[in-house]
Amino acid sequence: MLSANLSAIFYLISGVLFILALRGLSSPETSRQGNFFGILGMIIAITVTFLSIGNFSTGFVVVLIFLLIGGLIGAFIAYKIPMTAMPELVAGFHSLVGLAAVFVAIAAFLNPNAFNLGSPGNIKLGSLIEMSIGAAVGAITFSGSVIAFLKLQGIMSGSPITFKGQHPLNALILISIIVLTYLLCSTQSSNLFWILLAVSFLIGFLLIIPIGGADMPVVISMLNSYSGWAAAGIGFTLENTALIITGALVGSSGAILSYIMCKGMNRSFFNVILGGFGATEQSSSQSKEQRPVKSGNADDAAFLMKNASSVIIVPGYGMAVAQAQHALREMVDTLKKNDIKVSYAIHPVAGRMPGHMNVLLAEANVPYDEVFELEEINNDFANADVAFVIGANDVTNPVAKTDPQSPIYGMPVLDVEKCKSVLFVKRSLSPGYAGIDNDLFYKENTLMLFADAKKMTEDITKNL
Amino acid sequence: MEIDPFIFRLSIFILSIFIGYYVVWSVTPSLHTPLMSVTNAISSVIIVGAIIAGLAGSSDNIFNTSSIFGFLAISLAAINIFGGFLVTQRMLAMYKKKKKDK
Repeated sequence: MLSANLSAIFYLISGVLFILALRGLSSPETSRQGNFFGILGMIIAITVTFLSIGNFSTGFVVVLIFLLIGGLIGAFIAYKIPMTAMPELVAGFHSLVGLAAVFVAIAAFLNPNAFNLGSPGNIKLGSLIEMSIGAAVGAITFSGSVIAFLKLQGIMSGSPITFKGQHPLNALILISIIVLTYLLCSTQSSNLFWILLAVSFLIGFLLIIPIGGADMPVVISMLNSYSGWAAAGIGFTLENTALIITGALVGSSGAILSYIMCKGMNRSFFNVILGGFGATEQSSSQSKEQRPVKSGNADDAAFLMKNASSVIIVPGYGMAVAQAQHALREMVDTLKKNDIKVSYAIHPVAGRMPGHMNVLLAEANVPYDEVFELEEINNDFANADVAFVIGANDVTNPVAKTDPQSPIYGMPVLDVEKCKSVLFVKRSLSPGYAGIDNDLFYKENTLMLFADAKKMTEDITKNL
Repeated sequence: MEIDPFIFRLSIFILSIFIGYYVVWSVTPSLHTPLMSVTNAISSVIIVGAIIAGLAGSSDNIFNTSSIFGFLAISLAAINIFGGFLVTQRMLAMYKKKKKDK
């Protein structure tokens, strides 16, 4: 059996390894090593836990069996999941972290002796507060992530669900969570503990339903952050350094990602959380007069690109939906054979989660040094011959720079219109998520390619 | 007067938030998706608590309510740990640099 001090040191080591795991992600070269550190930290934490309990007779086999079952399911999912489904997967994983936190909190509440927290009905006050916070945040993470998962998977409509009195109701529930925690701590009543959990599940659900599909990058990052805080809450209860360090890391990581995503849309965090965006703007675009649009076919597009010397590709969520990343890479290969310079421009909120487009392009064997972020590449559009917009819309809309009335005014956009010509692959002229018309469609130098992204890309390749 | 051990844990917590802040800002945006999946995996270190709960049952009654919740939490966390690290590995393996001119 490991002494408490020694195991605390090992937990500290695994906490440090987790920090190194995140640190490794600063560049693709060091990232694989970082992931290895993460795995090592996890192995140390689990081994130390077994050794510090030192009881290998009762239940040990059962624990291993459950560990193995979970591990097999996890490994199976990890190998089978298509890269386009990463947002759903991450949302699903968040919900599991949340639920695990809830279960651990329940276990600790029912059997506090096992965790040295006192006895049932007489749990140390500090531990009870920490436990309640961990359980409540875990429950919110769980139900919120389930909704996010359903929306991303398309089982639930991505459009915001709003009703009258939504915000006062949510505020009321949040206040009741605080009151319940207070009462729970003063009475130690197990009924209150269950009510607290039920209310937390409910608020997680209510908080996410008003948020629309394209705001999912913020939601996923936010839930990522919550899962961290839940873990930290449990870490305090268990007095476990590894869990506290990890919880803090994950919590701040998710918070930073949410911030980056909000900035990418020029919206405040509260504006996104309050939801309802994109639901009310539809009417304004319909009243507009029909404006002329130039549309072309794969042949025209191939002609334009063949005569270009540099092409910038702007991928968006539509590329993921159409699974067009491989076809796109093949097109780019053909272009490169003709000595045309090609680079990719990624908007921070392209796709349904942070870095979504980068992963898809990496999957299609696009070297990461050809892929650029908004700030890195935005000045290059003016010198490029062709911009190939595939599956993106709002992030290219020049209205964000020109029309203060527009809901997306002030949002950083890619300066696609500065290119000599713009090829825009899209199914129809329908407005994007923000519900506003894209001025780019009607520009003199824009050629619309109405087709499925994958099919159009393949056709262009044939014509090159 | 002695300092409550809680204060030490709180110090670790606060300092870790700052570490997280600086470390995550240094993550390159193209790796934000792997960042999320790896944070998923490491936050499942919560399995530590699940194992303690699972092993807490007495020898004649392994399956009391508390340990059953522990067992379930072990499985959930294990899905995340294996799934999270492996899918991160799979993603990171795809990030390649441009090949030198042929």
